[in-house]
Amino acid sequence: MRNPLSDKVVTIKPSGIRKFFDIASEMKDVISLGVGEPDFDTPWHVRDEGIYSLEKGRTFYTSNSGLKELREEISHYLRRRYQLQYDPLHEILVTVGGSEGIDIALRAMLNPGDEVLIPEPCYVSYLPCVVLADGVPVTIELKEENEFRLTKEELLEKITDKTKILVLPFPNNPTGAVLRREDLEAIAEVVIEHDLFVLSDEIYSELTYGEDHVSIASLPGMWERTLTINGFSKSYAMTGWRLGYICGPKEIVEQMTKIHQFAIMCAPTTAQYAAVEALRNGDDDVAMMREAYNQRRRFLMHEFARMGLKCFEPFGAFYVFPSIKEFGLSSDEFAMRLLEEEHVAVVPGTAFGECGEGFLRISYAYSIDALKAALARMERFINRLRARD
Amino acid sequence: MREQILTFLEKNSKIDLHELAIMLGSSEAVIANEVAKMEEEQVICGYHTLIDWEKTSSEKITALIEVRVTPQRGQGFDSIAERIYNYPEVQSLYLISGAYDLLVILQGKTLREVSSFVSDKLSTLDSVLSTATHFILKKYKDYGTILGTKAKDERMLVTP
Repeated sequence: MRNPLSDKVVTIKPSGIRKFFDIASEMKDVISLGVGEPDFDTPWHVRDEGIYSLEKGRTFYTSNSGLKELREEISHYLRRRYQLQYDPLHEILVTVGGSEGIDIALRAMLNPGDEVLIPEPCYVSYLPCVVLADGVPVTIELKEENEFRLTKEELLEKITDKTKILVLPFPNNPTGAVLRREDLEAIAEVVIEHDLFVLSDEIYSELTYGEDHVSIASLPGMWERTLTINGFSKSYAMTGWRLGYICGPKEIVEQMTKIHQFAIMCAPTTAQYAAVEALRNGDDDVAMMREAYNQRRRFLMHEFARMGLKCFEPFGAFYVFPSIKEFGLSSDEFAMRLLEEEHVAVVPGTAFGECGEGFLRISYAYSIDALKAALARMERFINRLRARD
Repeated sequence: MREQILTFLEKNSKIDLHELAIMLGSSEAVIANEVAKMEEEQVICGYHTLIDWEKTSSEKITALIEVRVTPQRGQGFDSIAERIYNYPEVQSLYLISGAYDLLVILQGKTLREVSSFVSDKLSTLDSVLSTATHFILKKYKDYGTILGTKAKDERMLVTP
């Protein structure tokens, strides 16, 4: 029989998170700090709108780009929150989660051999999606001493004449790092000078705990060379609804729409109706959840300081990224032993790129009580490791 | 700051002030001071426990009583309200807009106890014109808390 598989797909490694999931799922009393989604339920008024749309029999396809009503609300929202101007008719495409946006953007823009700059540690999808789109991923190692921000120098170092796209995933999963306006301005200058495009994944934009998030497309000269990805998963606690959107210049959105049209057809209709309600009446929910995350963030930072665990203070998303270098274990070993010995699941930093070695991703999308219980076990583990030395 | 403290205490009056201070990015002394002031000013009027009496062996019965009254000259509803709320079996008393004036929430041990309160004490007050009594059959949610269910985390244990 012939080889049934694509060589390209076979070369792609499965996500490193899988292993931990499999082991943790077998254990009975695991406390997990490994989840990358909100612990809140979708606000009831949003769920209710989804239910209502089902009751009304709105179970048809929507237009490929998404409900017009929804695209208009997205347009309003981006204008009022991030000073972004997108025409709902031609410049906004509703996708199946933010992740579809990553995939179709790269497929619509890359020619074989084009290089894509990916700052790491980062979310697990960018690199394989670049490979699947025949691009060449080029990673940029972000550094703890810069609080995992992307600097102009780091960017310049990796640019070649083949570089086409810079992926900009901030606020960042897994580090919780954010970019301030001045960081973005420095990056924008380089991007414009080298005629690059930016794929800005802003899925955590509502979850910042210092200054408000700044969208790079709102900076002068950047709109025409930026695709902005956002969605409902993190801000409105709607992960399971699978709904996001990607916005950019008409000429790129048109091509992405073709891929979306033939591969997906349209995003789930029920989710789209619910999302309209979220954008119209969900500001208070977002503020409530942001405040709750911020309180847990402060709590974790305080506890890590007390335990003597080194950790830079992150101001975005719902992750902290403490260093475990003092223990002389790899991230993978540390996480595995923590899981086996104390039944606490965390994700090793290396799941998000090699430069995540020496770090752990700890999610605070958990109640304070759950965090407390997990930290007590973690402290016991750390003390054991330290006593051994 | 006050509002944030109150939001926490309203949900959990047992919260550790040290912990609360960390979460709010403040210090324990500041929080404790603010709480003391609010107790003094009667912004915080008490600390109670939400109990699902259904799960205990003790018999309790709760009634909502709508009361129509004639307001008294110079006093409005306050004086009749005072006469009613002084009964210890009255849990809550609200002045209401609409078809009736006062809503009495009454807790008693038996149906007889509640009905005798209505017929002997409440209805006989001079300014009371009429009453309508409703018994609570089941409490689903009280003070923002859904009774009897414990939320379970059904998310996958590890996700990217």
